[in-house]
Amino acid sequence: MLLNLRNGFFNYLNRAENMNEKITALKAAFPHTIPVLTGFIFLGTAYGILMNSKGYGVGWTILFSLMVFAGSAQYLAITFLTSVFNPVYALLMTLMINARHIFYGISLLDRYKDAGRIKPYLIFGLCDETFSIVCSTNPPEGVNRNWFYFFITLMNHSYWVIGSAIGVMLGSIVSFNTNGLDFVLTALFTVIFVGQWKTQKDRKPAVIGVLCSVICLAVFGQSNFIIPSMIAILAALTLFRKAYRDQIKPCGEKESLQ
Amino acid sequence: MVFKKANSDSSYIGYLSRVLPYSAIGLLVVYCLKDISFKSPARWLPEIISIACITGLHCWKENTLLSIGAGTVIYMVLVQFVFT
Repeated sequence: MLLNLRNGFFNYLNRAENMNEKITALKAAFPHTIPVLTGFIFLGTAYGILMNSKGYGVGWTILFSLMVFAGSAQYLAITFLTSVFNPVYALLMTLMINARHIFYGISLLDRYKDAGRIKPYLIFGLCDETFSIVCSTNPPEGVNRNWFYFFITLMNHSYWVIGSAIGVMLGSIVSFNTNGLDFVLTALFTVIFVGQWKTQKDRKPAVIGVLCSVICLAVFGQSNFIIPSMIAILAALTLFRKAYRDQIKPCGEKESLQ
Repeated sequence: MVFKKANSDSSYIGYLSRVLPYSAIGLLVVYCLKDISFKSPARWLPEIISIACITGLHCWKENTLLSIGAGTVIYMVLVQFVFT
């Protein structure tokens, strides 16, 4: 019986230690996520208000933010929800817009190597902001690396969900003319585009993107230009590949919104 | 194995994952503006004005949230009160 007591006591110590470990990691991670807190609350609220104006309630909004967790893709998804059902388009657009995550994943192969059971969540929760934080910070001495990354990911994710919830509830309480609110999506992409334009030395990919799209828009019309644009962009990028192999800065270095 | 290949600078996928984001954002801006028509000023002026403001504001202050917020507000004001 003494043995049982002793084992029980050691079990308790172990669990307390694990808990302490996690709390330390949480405390260490939080300060790094404060800038993301403001950004996500604001954008999430705008998203929630937009969702509410399209008739979606708290449940759907929270579910989207919880399960998709991709800002620009979620904004885009609103347009998919309100137009003709076309899952192939949705898949391809989402793939295009989030293709940069391929690079994030590859860049973090090393840092997430030993993450074990929490790796799937780390992978799911990876976004621009989390990527830049994880890339540029190291946990302080004595802090468990995996839990550190976990809490960064978790907190950023929750800011987004909370922001969306606030927005959708605000939207139903405060009624104001939301005509034109969808423009926030255009604004978001424009800002990202301008930001990238300024920092990238080689602007060919950006020019290719805009040019191919405009031409295809003129040729194929509003409802059919996406797929031709993507094909044209891929073709043009492949053609230009040799010309600027080593000049592109990896996307993750600059802050951009999901 | 797949990742080792993709990680090397010379692989096609690695190249695409570096350039595609920039083209994709370009495509998305055009996508957002696809309903512009030049048949009447109300259907292109608000967008062009707002985009010009956003670009100018962002180049000046470099504050993402400010640019997005102000740009959206400008557009909503234009669409609700000026170009009804």
